[in-house]
Amino acid sequence: MLKYLVQRLVAAVPVLLMVAVLVFLILQLSPGDPAAIIAGDNATDKDLAQIRQSLGLDRSLVAQFGIWAGNVLQGDLGYSFFQRKSVTELIFQRIEPTLSLALGTLALALIVALPLGTIAAWRMGGWLDRALTCFSVAGFAIPVFVVGYILIYFFSVRFELLPIQGYHRLNGWADLWPWASRLILPWLALGMVYVALIARITRASVSEALTEDYVRTARAKGLGESVVLIRHALANAAVPIVTIVGIGVASLISGVVVTETVFAIPGLGSLTVDAVLNRDFPVIQGLVLFFGVSYVAINLIVDLSYLFFDPRIRY
Amino acid sequence: MSTFRRLWRNLTFRFGMIFLVMLTCVALAAPFLGTVDPAVLDYSLINRPAGERVDFALPGGVTVPHTLWMGSDAYGRDIYSRVIYGARISLLVAFFVASVAVIVGVILGVLAGFFRGLDSLIMRTMDALMAFPSILLAIALVAALGATLWTVIVAVAVPEIPRVVRLVRSMVLSLREEPFVEAAIALATPTSTILRKHVMPNAMAPLIVQGTFIAASAVLTEAALSFLGLGLPADIPTWGNIMAEGRVQFSQYPGNVLFPALFLVPTILAINLLGDGMRDVLDPKFSKRTA
Repeated sequence: MLKYLVQRLVAAVPVLLMVAVLVFLILQLSPGDPAAIIAGDNATDKDLAQIRQSLGLDRSLVAQFGIWAGNVLQGDLGYSFFQRKSVTELIFQRIEPTLSLALGTLALALIVALPLGTIAAWRMGGWLDRALTCFSVAGFAIPVFVVGYILIYFFSVRFELLPIQGYHRLNGWADLWPWASRLILPWLALGMVYVALIARITRASVSEALTEDYVRTARAKGLGESVVLIRHALANAAVPIVTIVGIGVASLISGVVVTETVFAIPGLGSLTVDAVLNRDFPVIQGLVLFFGVSYVAINLIVDLSYLFFDPRIRY
Repeated sequence: MSTFRRLWRNLTFRFGMIFLVMLTCVALAAPFLGTVDPAVLDYSLINRPAGERVDFALPGGVTVPHTLWMGSDAYGRDIYSRVIYGARISLLVAFFVASVAVIVGVILGVLAGFFRGLDSLIMRTMDALMAFPSILLAIALVAALGATLWTVIVAVAVPEIPRVVRLVRSMVLSLREEPFVEAAIALATPTSTILRKHVMPNAMAPLIVQGTFIAASAVLTEAALSFLGLGLPADIPTWGNIMAEGRVQFSQYPGNVLFPALFLVPTILAINLLGDGMRDVLDPKFSKRTA
């Protein structure tokens, strides 16, 4: 198993290197001049040259990439052009809201989707099954920002049940409700696609498991229907479900960027949007690398979780 | 029975098709549907409610009687006209993104599948592209290329390319083993002829289905980019741009965000249904292949 882990880590290196090269090239070849933006409108050519030199922008592309990549390996993602802070520091400052949003969404989606998909498979063709089909068709067609604004309209503007926007840091138990109340709508908005995605794959996998001999055996020996469904059918559907959760992480990150803008949550997504608007190259590079690494790491964890969910798999 | 007749009997295909044909007609006939120039500002008509009948001042001092079916925005522009003209942009983006992604994807996929030397380079690059969340990659590309209609189309198409490449490569790899392709190779048929006569006809149905799903996701991604203020320039009326401008005053005037959504959501839905219908009729194995 250790050998497998090492193999997977080694295999991830070229992908991440390619990710880094692509991001670096995309942003370096862009027409905007960050030195001009920092210097402002009244800068002289001499000021510009000085700023370029201090940022290393006068070096060759390969040299700039080499310096940047070398620093990244030491955990140094460079300095923001605008905020006078290191990119690592910025990411750590903004990570709590994003984690709260992403993990909460995932938890909510699993809590709703697993029972929904299982019951839909159990009573295939029933009203819940048909409702789920409609819901998943709608779930993929309604963008997260549309869902977000519809929720804001009803819950915050019309009935004033929840705060409209913003984020409350979670420092102790007293912060729990202020924190959660601002996140309920973002969780729901972002969770819709995941509920659709996970419920659909759960329904398909559980319905396949229900046709297996071991389910007939379990029923024949007199086990209750709920035990058959959870211990035998759902447990055997775990691998495809975990796989889809891993694949879904990429769209979860995309969704986080949009959701944070809708709900004015000061996380990594709004950091990304601001960085692009300001042409803050080091921050964009750092964030995209961070998201790329997260995606690869999460999918590695997913691969390893197969060992736990399906003991027949041995690496 | 002709292919179209078979498709037409499929209800989801028929629904999607009817909606999209109607939307295309609306987009083409935009000037004749009681609209005014979507870019014109009338400062005396700021944030008017939906359905109000007003005299709209056009440039040059001309005033026309006009109904603000969806109200007006914070600059005094008619939202109804902007939404109707916005349909043109969404349909253009959908069509061209799908075309670019499918054409580039087919070229790369065929290269990877037929010429083994290029396989690992192409596929590793595709793996790297897939590690980017699609909106993040599109954002970075638009930031780099500058925001115009064509750069946005390229930026939205690039994240979709790996899906097409993987599909085409796997089809090429399995078709290579088929007796009719082996026979063609044994007869020293030029590779280009094998591709044209044997590979492409077999790959057509899944590609059309995949292209349709890409079109749906393109409409969504373009809207999301514009909504974030990182997509098409703000003076082009797109559904995402209208929502982005309406966002700042959403709690007072929710219509600016919700009216464009009434067009955006059914459009994505219709393209997806069209794709579902075509998949069921043309390519029943498709869902298993991509799963």
